[in-house]
This record gives sequence, C-alpha cells and structure tokens, in this order.
Amino acid sequence: MSPALQGLITIIIGVGGCVAYFYFSNLFLDKVLYPASGPKAGRNINRANMIRPWLFLAPALIALSVYLAYPVVETLRLSLTQRVPGGGYVWVGFDNYVKMSGEPKFWEALRNNMLWLIVVPAMSTAFGLLAAQLSDRIRWGNLAKSLIFMPMAISFVGAAVIWKLVYDTRPADQEQIGIMNAVWLAFDGGPASVLFLKIVPVLGLLGFAFAVGLVAWLLLRPVVRPSGAAAGMVPLRILGVLVAVWLIWVTLRGAIGLIGADLPYGVPQTWLTIPFWNSFFLMIVLVWIQTGFAMVILSAALRGVPEDTIEAAIVDGANPFQIFFKIKVPQIMGTIVVVWTTITIVVLKVFDIVYAMSNGQWETQVLANYMYDKLFRANDWGVGSASAMVIMLLVTPILIWNVYNARKEMR
Amino acid sequence: MAELKLTNVAKAYGEVTVLSNINLDIKTGELIVFVGPSGCGKSTLLRMIAGLEKISGGDFTIDGDRMNEVPPAQRGIAMVFQSYALYPHMTVRDNMSFALKIAKKSQAEIDAAVAKAAKILQLEPYLDRLPKALSGGQRQRVAIGRSIVRDPKVYLFDEPLSNLDAALRVATRLEIAQLKESMPNSTMIYVTHDQVEAMTLATRIVVLAGGGISQVGTPLELYERPQNEFVAQFIGSPAMNLMAGEVVGTGAQTRVRLENGGEAVSNVPTLAADMGMKVNIGVRPEDLLATTGTPIFSGEVEITEALGEVTLLYFKRAGSDAQVVAKLPGIHTDVRRTTVALGAEPAKVHLFANGISLLYR
Repeated sequence: MSPALQGLITIIIGVGGCVAYFYFSNLFLDKVLYPASGPKAGRNINRANMIRPWLFLAPALIALSVYLAYPVVETLRLSLTQRVPGGGYVWVGFDNYVKMSGEPKFWEALRNNMLWLIVVPAMSTAFGLLAAQLSDRIRWGNLAKSLIFMPMAISFVGAAVIWKLVYDTRPADQEQIGIMNAVWLAFDGGPASVLFLKIVPVLGLLGFAFAVGLVAWLLLRPVVRPSGAAAGMVPLRILGVLVAVWLIWVTLRGAIGLIGADLPYGVPQTWLTIPFWNSFFLMIVLVWIQTGFAMVILSAALRGVPEDTIEAAIVDGANPFQIFFKIKVPQIMGTIVVVWTTITIVVLKVFDIVYAMSNGQWETQVLANYMYDKLFRANDWGVGSASAMVIMLLVTPILIWNVYNARKEMR
Repeated sequence: MAELKLTNVAKAYGEVTVLSNINLDIKTGELIVFVGPSGCGKSTLLRMIAGLEKISGGDFTIDGDRMNEVPPAQRGIAMVFQSYALYPHMTVRDNMSFALKIAKKSQAEIDAAVAKAAKILQLEPYLDRLPKALSGGQRQRVAIGRSIVRDPKVYLFDEPLSNLDAALRVATRLEIAQLKESMPNSTMIYVTHDQVEAMTLATRIVVLAGGGISQVGTPLELYERPQNEFVAQFIGSPAMNLMAGEVVGTGAQTRVRLENGGEAVSNVPTLAADMGMKVNIGVRPEDLLATTGTPIFSGEVEITEALGEVTLLYFKRAGSDAQVVAKLPGIHTDVRRTTVALGAEPAKVHLFANGISLLYR
C-alpha cells in the first residue's frame, strides 16, 4: 500500500474513532445509563449532566497522564538510579546529579541555554513588535505579515537545513553557495570593508549598548528617584539592571575586539565552528521562526489598543515614538509577557536546531541536546534523566507565570 | 484668549464630500455647541479643529494664525473624548500630567497644575487610582482635568456626556457650566446631539445638517426665529408642527388658509405680491391653545401623554399629513377620543416658503 493512502486511512480511523467515541458514549449515557424518561427522568438528567464533562474529558485526561504525568515521575525515578551491566538497576541517590555537575559539557550547555534564553525571546519579541507596528498601517502590510509568519510553518529541522545552507562553506577556489560566505568574500580589506565590517557593526553594537543602558535606566529610575507612585519589584529591577550591565560589558568588549581584530579577508569561514559566535548563528534560526509568532499575537494586541487613547496622546503632544512606547506598549504589556514567556519555554526545550546544525560541537551544546547525548548515545539513563529534570525545573516557573499571565489577559 | 475663524472649510473623503462651505467666527469666551442629526459631520468638524482630521479645503485660523497644517499639540487646544480616552495604565495623576511631561515642564509646575485641576474637579482623593477604579462620572472629570492642566486656548468636547446615565448627565452638565463660568476667557466648542445640552450650555449654537451650517445663533434666536424648517423642527421637543397652506391676506399680519380647512394669522409681514403663495405655517406644540374662534387645526385626539406639568396630545392623522402634536399645561387625559380645536397667537406662528423662513428672505 502506498504510504499516502496508509496515512489517509490512519487519519480517517483516528478522527472517525474520536467522533464515534464522543457520539456513542454520549448516546449510551442518555439512552441506556440515565434515560431522560420514566419516573426518575429529572434525577437522571441531572446525573447525566454531572457525568458528561468527565466523559468528554476522559480521553484527554488519560492521554495526558500516560504521556505526560507518568514520564515525569518515571524520569525522576530514573535520575536517581543507575543501570547495572547485565540488566536491572541500583538506587544511587543524587550521584547522577553530582556526576553531571562535574562535567564541563553540562556547564557549557547551561551557559548556552542562558544565552539562548536572553537573546531569542528578546529578539523575537522585539522584531515581532516592530513588524506588527510597522506593517499595521500600510497597504501591503498583510503580505509582509504573511511572509514573516511563513517560517512558523517550517519544522525546526527544515529551518536548520535551510540555514545550514546559508552558513555553508566551500573551498576558496569554488563558488560559495552559502550567502554568508558569498557576502564575506566580497570584502577585500579596502575602505568599504572597514566601513561595513568595522564602523557599521561597531556603531550597531554601541547603539545596542545604549539601548540596553536606557532600559536599565528606566528600570532603575523609580528606585533611585521615587516620584509619587511606588516602584514595585525592587529586587527584580536590580536583577534586570545587573543583567543589563553585564550585557553592556559584553557588547563593549565585543566592539573593542572588533576594532582591533585583524579580519581574515578572502578566506571562506566555517561559521558554525567559531566558538561563542556560532551559538548566535544558531539562535538566529529560532528568532527567524519565532518572530512570526510574536508578530501575529502582538499585531492583534496592538489593534486592540483603543484608538481614542492614541488620539488623546496626539492632542497631548506625544510624538510617534512616545505614543508607541508610552501609550501602546504599556497597554499590551500583558500580551508581551505572554509572548515572551511562551518563546522562553520553546527556547528552553530547543533541541532540533542544535542537533541538526552542529550537534553540540564547537561549544554550541544546549541542555536538551546534552540530554539526548547522554540518554540515547551514551546510554547513560541516570545522567540523561537528571539533565531532563534540570530542564523541567527551569521550565516550570516560567510555565506557571505564562499560564498566570495568559489567564489574566483572557479576563 | 482665542478667536477661531473658519473660512469655506470643507471635508471630503475621496469623492465623497462630507462638509462644505463652513464659515464660522468664534469669539473669545464663547461656548459654541455643534448640534445636528447623526452623520451630519459635527464630530468631523470638531476633529478638524483639533487637527485629528485633515482639512480638505478652506482656511482655519486661531488668533489669525493659519492652523490647517499645524499639528494638534501646537494648536493650543485640548480635547475631551466621548469615551474619555483615559490612558488605562496610568494613574489619574499620570493621566493629567502626561501632556505636561511631554512638554518637558518642571516637576513643580506639573504638580501645581495637577493639584489645581484636581481641586477644581474634586478629584484629590483619587489621584493615585487607575481609571478602572473610578466611576463613569469620575472618569469624565479626569478627562476634563487632563484638558484643564494644559491651560489651552480652546477646549473641545466631543459628546462628553453621552456615556453617562441620565441623572449623572444632568449633574455633569451643570459642572461643565460652572467650569465655563469659572474660566470666562476660555473658548469652548462642544459637540452633542442632545438639544437640552445645547440649549442650556451654549452661548451660540451651530446647527449642522446636510454637510453645511443650517443656522448659527443664540439658543433663543434658534428657538424663536428659526431660519428654516430644519432648524425649526430640530430645536424644541416635540418638534414644531408644520401645516401646508396658501397666503390669502397680506400686510403687517399675514393670513393663511390651510389645506386642512383651518386658518392661521401670523405676525410675519408679507407683501401684496405674496398673495396666493404656497407656504407652510409652523407652530410649536407648546404654542397651540384650545380655541373657540377659527381654529388653525381641529382633530380627534388619538393618544395623550401626561407628563405632570404638561400633557402631550397626539392627533389622528388625516391621510398623509404629518402628525400634529400639542403640548397643553396641566393634566388633560380626559380629552382622548374627543375633537379639539386649536389656535395660536399670531406672534407664535412661523411662515416658511420652500423650507426657508419668510423672516429671513
């Protein structure tokens, strides 16, 4: 049988089975178990209505407990055990965690995950917000949105393959098929190269540092100069400022390094093997995918901002930037938080992109790929499960915050 | 201090002309009310003055300076929106000080302005609340406060009371009247579809209809000497009765024989040449009186509405004639299904030819 036909039959059986379950179980409840007739009709209707939600929820509840709840418990158990040669296992307590914390690759994965965690949600949300705002009032805005949204339809592995071609490297005497190297080889060290590879990026980095500084100042201002309204969440603000200072330091160091760097003009680069920066090359793939998601949600939120408040701000003398940052963004802050945390969760679980592009080599390891390495390559169930538990511990608080905010938005 | 002048102002959306030939002089200290039926362009005209809509033609000046292309913030105007348009994420204090912060005023200046506005509007206890924690009337006051702090030359109100319930509407209307009283030099423009608001608040009323100005005048001018049938019927409630007839006597007083068989005498003078002219007479329901002489109208009362101080009588229509309504003082529920003959003092009878009052020809 052809696989397509097989797939079609599977779909028909699956969907048909679901419909049949809901239809016939409901029929059974109403006609056989508690029929709405006879002397006890009223009582039967009430009972049937009490059972019905459980009847309809049952498939989802069962599937969730078998495929989500049970694996969590089982992973926790596995992370506390050690397989012994010849079958069976022994209880080892926290040995796996201790062993894992002794591995530099684990700390590399954790550090990379943290970088992903800061960069990808921030950039996706920022670009999404920018795209949503810019495409809002123009005639071809919907076309632009469709194009930006399209990567969402591509699987992570597919996206990884596409971007692997972007970063592709051929020997110097051959034609480069990767656009990065094609562009790179166009520079020869002349004035144009200095302009585009030194001055422009340095200005960009300085601009980024300035923007981060501005955010830090906005966070810090209510703490330093209390003006009427109390500044909430002081510890969080300080933490944000510290992260910002670190980011500024990293940025400025990069800018200085770039000015002094002796760039290897004319030599094709293997982008994915340049330590530290290669992680960013991987992050771009996820940003490319998630920007569409952020844009769609934020675009809807921006449209929900009452037009009157914007007109009032125009009359009050606000310029377009002030309207955007002081009137629109604060009103959709709840949605921004939901988008940000949703992307954060996707990022914490990131696996496919790293697996398909670098497989964690050249210092690009992330936690999910580390777990896969341990669990299925090294066959070390203990350490693999332990790293899975670390991922879950990191995701859970963000998930709770995400659900809390999403519910608040819906009210 | 602000004098506004609109000269041949027009508004068009593509091919569709919404407003044309708007000529209006507004003097310092006036409270001008724009009224008109839905879709007459009164809000559009206000938004053009505010700068939120482009002016498609003509000139608009404030104190002699052409404002057509000046951005809203630099026109010296402040606007109160129908939906209040408060910034939901800011406290009352921040809402009121936003414009001043944008204008980079000093903190002391901002605090003083906000404190003053809050005192005038009795908003002091609510300064640190968010708009969602306020009632409708309080929100409306914050919206007004937001205009006051800017000390504008011109205040614009876009149907500010239409989202309030009836009792609150009356109270807030009085507050706006008091506010105007306390700022005699400020110019205000107020858009409403409620003629009670228009009559009570306005120094002058601008009646807009059919994409142009129908009449400009003080409330009593509009009531007593309407320029055309539209204004005559738009101002006053219930609307003025119009009855068709023919001039049969001219001079200082005009005699009109009506198509319904009645006869009316009006103080509006006519010329001998007007003899036989087709006219509509207009009599307000409150000016119709029971009479024993030659009636203007006589008919069977179909419905009575007793409001206490007055009773409205709705007469049975004859064929396609317009409904005739009379408003008599006191309670008269007993006249239902009886025939009543009505007359009016000659001073209260208006004459219209081709829709235009004969007073203004």
